Order: sequence, then structure tokens, then C-alpha cells
Amino acid sequence: MSALLIDAASWALLVLGSIFVLIGALGLVRMPDFYTRMHAAGITDTLGADLILLGLMVQAGFSLVTVKLVLIGAFLFFTSPTSTHAIANAAYTAGLRASPMDEEGDAPDEGGDSAGERP
Amino acid sequence: MTIANVIDIALLVFLGLTAFAILKLRALFAVVMLSSVFSLVSACLLVHLDAVDVAFTEAAVGAGISTVLMLATLALTARREKASTRTQALPLIVVFLTGLALVYGTLDMPRFGDPAAPIHHHVAPKYIHDTETEIGIPNIVTAVLASYRGFDTLGEVTVIFTAGIGVLLLLGAFIREPDGLKIQTMHHHLVLRVVTKVLIGPILLFALYVQAHGDYGPGGGFQAGVIFAAAFIIYALVFGLENARLALPGHAVRVLVACGVLLYGGVGIVSILFGENYLNYSVLGSTPVHGQHWGILLVEFGVGLTVSAVMVSTFYAFAGQNPPISDEDW
Repeated sequence: MSALLIDAASWALLVLGSIFVLIGALGLVRMPDFYTRMHAAGITDTLGADLILLGLMVQAGFSLVTVKLVLIGAFLFFTSPTSTHAIANAAYTAGLRASPMDEEGDAPDEGGDSAGERP
Repeated sequence: MTIANVIDIALLVFLGLTAFAILKLRALFAVVMLSSVFSLVSACLLVHLDAVDVAFTEAAVGAGISTVLMLATLALTARREKASTRTQALPLIVVFLTGLALVYGTLDMPRFGDPAAPIHHHVAPKYIHDTETEIGIPNIVTAVLASYRGFDTLGEVTVIFTAGIGVLLLLGAFIREPDGLKIQTMHHHLVLRVVTKVLIGPILLFALYVQAHGDYGPGGGFQAGVIFAAAFIIYALVFGLENARLALPGHAVRVLVACGVLLYGGVGIVSILFGENYLNYSVLGSTPVHGQHWGILLVEFGVGLTVSAVMVSTFYAFAGQNPPISDEDW
């Protein structure tokens, strides 16, 4: 019974994590400009990866594998926000600004590449 | 079709698409990133084929260090590839014919995983059967790499050594010593500096773990050397090349490049002096198995030393060509 519960819990976490990765990928393709795309990519790094790791930990139980997974999670916890920050900082330094919304609240349709030239 | 096949095919399709995109793109920055993706996908493929040691190397070298080195090269050249004016018909035909010949050649090879394949009948059974009694370590890959096939690995280390010397000669790193080391303050990038400081310790520790743990699991000198070098390279990237050179001077790294190969070859010489064949470690300890443990440990350490020193000095040589970025430019 408990094996079934563990399987169910880890599957739920794995599927949920995969869904978040999928949402992140979708957002990366669909979002209009650089900064919103990065927001979508952040979901993959944080929620997606952490939920998948959690699911694997539930599957591994109390073992050395879980310790390693916790360490991987800790590394991701430090590195992915840092890389997001570095990318955003580099884009901002290079002069890329967030594309402004127009009156109806829609983003302009030129996409992110031309956003830098706007006043 | 099993799930394993589906995963293999999906990964291979990804590989093919990435390679096609690398061919088609002219923006070299994207090409570098895609080649990193290519390495990562091949690492996944190798994990799926149960070649974990190779996958580890591929991930560390292909996706990690070589991406940084290619970016350093990119900083020295243009960011866009020049459009080719020549006709591409002849190269296409040559590539097509070569590909056809290769595919034709694989037709004679045994099927993937065929138990009757010659490779499973010649030396592999001996390695699998004797490693436990002769070498006494759980990871057969390390036993084959460092002991049974110690000559081959010595050759690989020498190749890395020679490549490193070649890069240093071409980029003139022997002449250009940094004069007047100045410490840059780097007031900006607070987040990067703090996180780098937090991470460098664990990265070095992980490298040592991989180095020492090669007998028991995936790992060994090649992977550990690359990870060890990565810690210094990330330090140089965030804190500036000058500071990294203060922590690890270029001339010291160049000495270490040779030390690793010397250690490897020296272990062989010592085993000759004890009256055995070159690189037969059995005489190095109180019992043959104990001697094998010592030999593998020393040889792997030599590999790690040379690999990490070559990586760091190659990075120094590339990055030293760029003028340092001053604080005001950020």
C-alpha cells in the first residue's frame, strides 16, 4: 500500500513538474519580447526542475541518491536565478528595454529584437 | 517499439535538428550555444546507452568548458559568419558520398547490442571476469581505462598535453606575462560575485570527489580535471583574469601541465624499476591488488592534473588576448 502511495506521489510530482517545463517552453516560444520570455524560462528552472527533483527524491527514499538529488536542487537553487539575473543584466546593459504596451494593453507585434531602438 | 527506442529516436532527432541549425545559422553566438546543446543531448544519449563515464566527460568537456573556450574565441573574432560566395554543390556531393560510404560500412557491423558481436567475445569477458580479482575495484570502466589499457590512456593524456602546448605556442602565452598585476575592484555584479564565492568551494570539492571516486562510480581524472578547471575559469570570468592569475599564476599552470604527464609516465618507470612491465602496477603495493589501487590512484591524479592545467592555461591564453574590461564600461 505504501509503495503504491509513494509511486502515486512521485508520479504526481513528476507529471506536475513536466507540465511546468512544458509551460515554460511554450512561453519561451510565444512570449513577445526578451524579458517576458525570460520570465517563462524561469518557470522551467525553478518550479519544473524542483518538482521533478522532488518526485525523484520520493522515488529514491532515504538513501545516498536522495542526498545527491538534494545537492543538485541546492545547486539549481543558487545557479538558475543567478544566470537569469546575469542574462537580464547583460541585456539591460546592452540597451535592450522592455517593449511598452499600447493603449489596449497589447504588446507591439514587432517582437523583442526591435524593442531596443524605441525611445 | 519499446520506450527505450522512442527515447533514443527522439534524442537522435534532436541531435540532427541541432546539427542542421548549427549549419544554417550565421550568428556565431547562437552557433556556440547550439553546439553546447548538441553536447548535452549527446550526453543524454550516452547515459541512455549506459555509457555513464563517457556521458560525464561529454557533459563536462563538450557542454561546459568548450563552450566557454568558444565564447572566448568569439570575443576575439566577429560575431557573424561571412556569407560564402562559392558554390556549395561540390562539398555537398562529397559529404553525401562520404555519408553513403559510412552507412554502407556500418551494414557489415554487428547489430547494436548483438550478443554475438566480436567485441563481446575477445577481451571484454576477461575484463568483466577478472577485474574483481585482479584490480579489486567496482568500476570496470576505470579498471580498463587506467590499468588494462593504461598505455592508451597515457597516449590520450599526451594528446591533451600536446594540444595544450600547441595552443600556448600559437597564442604566444609564453611571451605575454601580465606586467603590473592590478586588482580590479568590480563594484558591479554583486550577485554574481557572491554566488561565485559560494559556489567555487563546492565545485572544487565536487572535482576532488569525482577524482577520488572514479574507482567506485562514474568519474576519474578527465572529468575531475575539467570540473577543477571550471572553478578557476568561473573565478576568472567574474573577478577578472588578473585576479585569477594572482590566485593561480600562468607559469605555475604551465609547470602543472607537464607534471601530470610526468606523474603518469613516472608510475610506469617505477614499475619497471621494481622489475615489472611498464605501467604494470601490481608491484607498487604490498599485494598485487593493493598495488593496482595505488597505480590507478596516481595515474588518475596525473590525468586530472594535466587536463585541468591545460584547460586553465588555454583559457588564460584566450582571455589574455582581450583587453581587460574596466569597471566604467559596465
